[in-house]
Amino acid sequence: MTQSIAIPKPSRPWRPSPRERVINISLVLGSFLASYLIVLSTEMKGKLAYFFVFFAALAILNFALGLITKDWMSGKDQFFSVLMLLGMTLVILPTANILYTVFDRGRAGLHSGLLTNDMALSTPSDPITNGGLTHAIVGTFLLVLVALIASVPIGILTALYLTEIKGRFTRPIRFLVQAMSGVPSIVAGLFILSAVVYTVTQSYSGLVGSLSLTILMIPTIARTAEEVLNLIPNDLREAGVALGATQWRTVAMVVIPAARSGLITALILGVARIVGETAPILLLTGGGDKINLNPTQGAMGSLPFYIWKSFLLGTEESITRGWAGLFVLLVLVLFLFMLARFLGSRRAK
Amino acid sequence: MTADSSKKEEKEMTTPASLASIAAQTKQPGTKSLGIGLEARGVHAWFGKHHALSNVSLDFAAGTVTALIGPSGCGKSTFIRTLNRMHEFIPSAAMAGEVLLDGKDIYEPGTDVTKIRLKIGMVFQKPNPFPSMTIGENVLSGLKLAELKNSKTDELMEECLVRAGLWNEVKDRLNAHGGSLSGGQQQRLCIARALAVNPQVLLMDEPCSALDPGSTLRIEETIKELSRTMTIIIVTHNMQQAARVSDFTAFFLSDGGPGEMIETAPTSQIFSQPRDKRTENYVTGRFG
Amino acid sequence: MVENKAAAPIPSPREITTEPRFSDKLFRGVVTAGGLSSLIILGLIAIFLSYQGFEILIKEGFSFITSSEWAVEVDSVGEITNTSFGLAAMLVGTILCALIAVVIALPISVAAAIFLSFYAPESVKRVLVSIIDLMAAFPSILFGFWGLFVLMPSAEYWAKLINKYLGFIPIFEVEPRIFTRSPFITGVVLAIMIIPIVTSISREVFSQTPLDRIQAAYALGATRWNVIRTVAIPYSRGGIVGGSMLGLGRAMGETVAVYTVLNIVYQINWQVLFGAGGNVASLILLKFGEAQPYEVKALMAAGLILFLLTLLVNFIADQIVARTGSKGR
Repeated sequence: MTQSIAIPKPSRPWRPSPRERVINISLVLGSFLASYLIVLSTEMKGKLAYFFVFFAALAILNFALGLITKDWMSGKDQFFSVLMLLGMTLVILPTANILYTVFDRGRAGLHSGLLTNDMALSTPSDPITNGGLTHAIVGTFLLVLVALIASVPIGILTALYLTEIKGRFTRPIRFLVQAMSGVPSIVAGLFILSAVVYTVTQSYSGLVGSLSLTILMIPTIARTAEEVLNLIPNDLREAGVALGATQWRTVAMVVIPAARSGLITALILGVARIVGETAPILLLTGGGDKINLNPTQGAMGSLPFYIWKSFLLGTEESITRGWAGLFVLLVLVLFLFMLARFLGSRRAK
Repeated sequence: MTADSSKKEEKEMTTPASLASIAAQTKQPGTKSLGIGLEARGVHAWFGKHHALSNVSLDFAAGTVTALIGPSGCGKSTFIRTLNRMHEFIPSAAMAGEVLLDGKDIYEPGTDVTKIRLKIGMVFQKPNPFPSMTIGENVLSGLKLAELKNSKTDELMEECLVRAGLWNEVKDRLNAHGGSLSGGQQQRLCIARALAVNPQVLLMDEPCSALDPGSTLRIEETIKELSRTMTIIIVTHNMQQAARVSDFTAFFLSDGGPGEMIETAPTSQIFSQPRDKRTENYVTGRFG
Repeated sequence: MVENKAAAPIPSPREITTEPRFSDKLFRGVVTAGGLSSLIILGLIAIFLSYQGFEILIKEGFSFITSSEWAVEVDSVGEITNTSFGLAAMLVGTILCALIAVVIALPISVAAAIFLSFYAPESVKRVLVSIIDLMAAFPSILFGFWGLFVLMPSAEYWAKLINKYLGFIPIFEVEPRIFTRSPFITGVVLAIMIIPIVTSISREVFSQTPLDRIQAAYALGATRWNVIRTVAIPYSRGGIVGGSMLGLGRAMGETVAVYTVLNIVYQINWQVLFGAGGNVASLILLKFGEAQPYEVKALMAAGLILFLLTLLVNFIADQIVARTGSKGR
C-alpha cells in the first residue's frame, strides 16, 4: 500500500528567482541613471532624449546580461524582448497622455450650469459660466436615437443573413459590409447631402445628420452581431426546428433571445462609433445653439459641433469650452465602453 | 525482427507471457552500463489546483529504452513533459521535485533552459515538420533555431536521415516540401530533425499512435538502433510495442487522484512477474 | 449460399426537396433584402456622387486628378466666370500622410502585438488589450485637437531633429523653415489613430499560429525570440500586411483630425517636414462652407474619387487577409 507521503508545495522554478528579479530591477534602475547622466552630459534635451536613452541603455544592458550569463543567442533574446516592450510602451503612452490632457484642460470648463444651460443666450467667448452644453447633449442623444432606429434593423438583418440563411450572396455581402466600414465619414455626409438634402428636404436637420451616421453605424453593428450570432451553438437551432418550428420562429424565439446581451453590446459599440463623428455633422445638421427636440426640423446641435465651433473661435474662453466639451464626450465614450465590456463579460458566464 | 513475423505474433498476443517472451527475445535487459542518463526524483505536477502527477522517481540509464505505459489520463505525457521543461508552457502549471541530467537539476534557477532542450530532445504524437521548409531544411532547422555552427551540414543531414530510416526514400527530393510526405515519413523526418542537434536523451510522446503499422515497425527499428548511443524514453499505449522496443518499463496509474508510478522493472519482468496487483491487472488486459 | 452479387445496381440518390412555408419565405425575403442593403447603399453613394460630380469630371477631364489648382473666379455680379478644379495636390497629400502613418504605426503595432502575444502575463495582457480597444473608440475630433495643442510642439521638435541629421535627403529638406502643421505631424497623429487597428489584427493573427509548430521549435532548443522570428512572424506576415492596408485605408479617409492639424496648400509638397500639405477629405470640409452650388459639384466629384480610392485599398486589404490570413504557409 502506498504510504502517505507529505505532498510538497507546488513550485514554479522557471519563474525568475529572487536573484534574477534583483538583477532585472537593478538593470532598470541602471538605465534610469544612465539616461539622466548621459542626457545631462551631452547636448540632448527634452523628454525624447530621456526616453530614448533609457530604452537604449536597457536594451544594451539586457543584451550584455544575456551574453555574459549564457551566450550570444540569449543576449539577442533579451535585447529583442526590450524592443518589444518599447513598442508596447509607445502604444500606451499617447492614450495615457490624451486621457490626462482632456481631464486636465477640460476641468477648467466644468461648472454647475454646464448640463442645464444651452448657448442660446451666450457665445463661446463669454465667460465660462455663461451657457452650457445641454443642447449639445440633447442633440447628440437625438441624433444617436434616430440613427439607431434606422441602423439596428438593417445591421441585424444583415447579420442574420450571414449566420442563418447563408445564401449565395454571403461572400459579396460580407465584403460589402467590410467596404462600407471603410467609407470616409465625409463621403457619407456628401452622399446624404446629394441624395436627400438637395433633392428632398432642401434644409439642414437632425434627421439627415442621423442618416449619414446610419451609414457609418451599420457595418459596426452588422459585424459584431454576426460574431455574436455565430457563437450561439447550432444545437439550439436544431432543437427549435426539431420541435416543428419554422425557421423564422426559431430565430425570433430561440436564437435572438439567446444572443440578446451580445446584440445589445453590438448596439453600444455602434453608438460609440458615431457619438464623436464630426465631419458629416458639420455638413448636415447646421449646429444650433438652442435645445431642439425636433429632429426633422431646424438646426440640431451636438457635442462634436459644439466642440468644433468653440475651438474654432480661438479665444481663451472658447478653447476652454472646447476642452470641456471633449471632456464630456470622452466621459460618454468611456461610459459606453465600460457598459459594453460589462455586458460582454456577463454574457460569457 | 521482420515485419511479417511480428504480425504473426501480434495475433497470439494477449497473454503477458507472450509479451514477456517477446521482450526477452528482442532486448537484452540491463546489460548496458554507460552510467545514469537522466533521473527524476519525487516529481509532482499541477495544473492550477489540480494535482496531476504525484511523486514519480525514475532513473533512466544511458543507452537504454524505457517505456511508460498505463491507461489514458494517468499523467504519462505530463511526466514526460517535465523532463524537458515543456510542462511550464501551460499557464497554470506548477511542479515539485528534481530532474537531474548528468547529476545537475535542470530546474535549478539560472539554468539555460534552451541548452537543456538541446540535450533532451522530443518527438511529438502528431508529426509536426515545419511546412514552410523543405525536407533538407527541416532536418537542419534545429541548428538554425539554436544558432549552432556546423560546417558539414550536408553530411549531418544525410547522417540524421539515415539514422531515422528515411534517407533512401527522400535522398532524391531533399528540396521538396516538408508537408509532402506521408504520416510515417513525416514522423521519421521529425526524428531526424531531433537528432540533428545531437541530444543525449530522446523523449517520444506516443510517436506511433497516429501512424499505420508498417511505419510503426520501421520507427521501432529506428528506436532500437538509436538506443545504442542515447537514452530513449517512450510513452506508449501499445503494450506490444513496449515489449518490442524497451529495456525497462514503468507502469503509471491514477485512481481518480494524481497519477502515480506504480512499478518499474525490466520489461520482460513486468510482463511475466509484475510485483503489484494493479500492474498485473493492466498487463493481462483486465482494464485499460 | 450463392448470391448473385453482380446484378443489383446501386440506386442513384433521391432528390430531397423542401418547400418552405410562406412565413419562412417571407422571412428569407426580408432578411435577404436587409442583407443586400449594404450593396444598395454603396451603389447609391457611387451613383449620387457621380451624378452630382459628372459635369465637373467631364469639363476637367483627366486634369481633375493631375492639376493642383482649385480656383473659382467670380465677376462683379457674383456669377462664375472661370473655374479650375484639380485634386493632384490633395491626392498626393492624402496618400503621403497615410503612408507616413503606416510607416510609423507598423513597427510599433507589430512589436506591441508580439509583446502581448508572447511576453505579457495573462492579467497584464487583459488590461493592455482593454486600453487598446478603448483607444480604438476615441473620436477623431479628440485626436485632432490633441494633436494640434499637445503633440504639435513635441512633434515640431522631432521634425527639427530629423531635418538636422537627415536633412540631406530631399524629402527631409525644409525651406522656408516652417515645421508646424506638416504632413509629418499629420502622419504621426494618423499613426496614433490606426495603431489600435493594426495591433488588434496582428495580435489575432499571431494567436492563430499553430501551437504544435511553436512547441516543436521550443523543443529543439530555441529561445523565445528565435521561435517568434522563425515560426510566428513568417506565418503571420500576410495577416499583418492586410491589417496595415486596413490602417492605410482608414488614414486616407480621415477628415477632422487631418483638417485640424494639417495646413492645406494647393501645391504638391513632397517635403514631409515642411508645414504644407493636401488632403482630399479636408479640402471638401474646408471649401464646403462657402461653396456655391457649382463648386459643390466639384466637391462631390472629389468625394467620389476619395470613395473609389478607399474602396480600392480596402478591397486589396481584404484579398490579402483572405488569402494569407488564417491559412499561413
